[in-house]
Amino acid sequence: MTNDRWIKAAPWLWTIGLFVVWEAACKGLDIAVFILPAPTDIWAAIVKYWSPIWKNSLQTLFTTTVGFLMAVAGGLALGLAIGWSRAIYAGLYPLMIGFNSIPKVAVVPILVIWFGIGTVPAVLTAFLIAFFPIVVNVATGLATIEPEMEDVLRALGAKKMDIMLKVGIPRSMPYFFGSLKIAITLAFVGSVISETVAANAGIGHMMLAAQSQFNVPLVWAGLVALAVLGIVMYAAMAWLEMRMTGWAHRSGRN
Amino acid sequence: MTGFVDLNTIRLAYDGGDGTLALDGLTMAVKKGEFAAVVGPSGCGKSTLMKLATGLIRPQEGTVEVAGKEVDGPVSVAGMAFQNPSMLPWRTTLKNVMLPLEIVQPHRRRLKSEYESYVARAESLLEVVGLKGFGDKFPWQLSGGMQQRANLCRALIHDPALLMLDEPFGALDAFTREELWQVMRDLHAEKGFTVILVTHDLREAVFLADRVFVMSARPGRIIVEREVDFPRPRPIDLTYDGGFNDIVHELRGHIAEARAAA
Repeated sequence: MTNDRWIKAAPWLWTIGLFVVWEAACKGLDIAVFILPAPTDIWAAIVKYWSPIWKNSLQTLFTTTVGFLMAVAGGLALGLAIGWSRAIYAGLYPLMIGFNSIPKVAVVPILVIWFGIGTVPAVLTAFLIAFFPIVVNVATGLATIEPEMEDVLRALGAKKMDIMLKVGIPRSMPYFFGSLKIAITLAFVGSVISETVAANAGIGHMMLAAQSQFNVPLVWAGLVALAVLGIVMYAAMAWLEMRMTGWAHRSGRN
Repeated sequence: MTGFVDLNTIRLAYDGGDGTLALDGLTMAVKKGEFAAVVGPSGCGKSTLMKLATGLIRPQEGTVEVAGKEVDGPVSVAGMAFQNPSMLPWRTTLKNVMLPLEIVQPHRRRLKSEYESYVARAESLLEVVGLKGFGDKFPWQLSGGMQQRANLCRALIHDPALLMLDEPFGALDAFTREELWQVMRDLHAEKGFTVILVTHDLREAVFLADRVFVMSARPGRIIVEREVDFPRPRPIDLTYDGGFNDIVHELRGHIAEARAAA
């Protein structure tokens, strides 16, 4: 095989290799399923509990997606506002830093008091944790407009709105779409945290229930489901980023 | 004063008057259709001068008049180009060149209905600077020299009566720079706009300008005005001519004095 084909095959080889080593270690060292189930045990659990895994995955996907979309809308709006006005920036920045430094798991009990156990706290936790990187990235894109560009346009009589529409917003789009990859991952973390603490559905909840029944292979099957979901959502955002702002990734095209 | 651009006993300090004094007692007048160059030691406030004449900043004292009117805000009769071409990477070269048309009246109003004729106009301008056929390329597909040519087109697309250039050729290699001097010379001859070129390249100033203004070190003012009366069109070989070099030397002497005085 040529070097290029090795590089293409590498992700598959390493993944398969990991599972082979894992399987061999479990069987060879005779590790109890209770401590660390082998990949074949986990696979058996996935097949056996396919229906609950699928249903709970959809629930987690749903809360993550809704929270993420709220974060996109809110983050975009707040990012534009902060990038627009230095006064808004000065006023909100310390608040946002303070807010962002609170571990979101600590907010879940409050959300449960307000909304009860279930879907709403999961959605809101996803939203709260995901919107900060979007705000920061959009505001950064706006704040780094070249001063020469601004002078050229202002000398032509451009209003602030013109500069925003023609330069600021298109310019911040690569930052925005880049932040979506981070935001979707964080939203996922938020959903699962909330489901683990206070929910009656979702992968997080399923894993907690399986743990209390000492069904260790199902706990691990939940982890695998989370990994698959996470990769799919990340890939979707990476694809969207390339699609929307390919001009900012020119080195890949030339 | 009777110029097209009149700066009269300007005093300007940064940060709304509290900061460093940038210009003090600066007076200069540029006639309509004239090609003026401003040279001076670095940090003398040359670029500040550009912002004054286009109304981007206001002086604390003195008056700025462009086309017979006191400047009290951005003047849309001006086109600007800087050393950094600052093309927008998500727009094609043609769309970049046409950007001012989306801002300046009356073009802004007409752009949609007369789009075809505006495109033709932008394409002919691209052809003049030697970028024929590059309109649909993205800026990052162009070399630095080509981007700077496009930058000139963008500054000229709305037919400004005044063109302000801030070291537009400063970052280019020597050959490209000479080529663009000639492009600039021909554009000026053809369209007859007024130009104020800020530069620290004395050969560039003498080759292109009708008059060279020498600024003092900060706080800047005009210390020497030098007419350059070589007949036009000037061939590029002029820059190797004895008389040409005498003027360059003379200006260099003035700037050396200004630096020493600082």
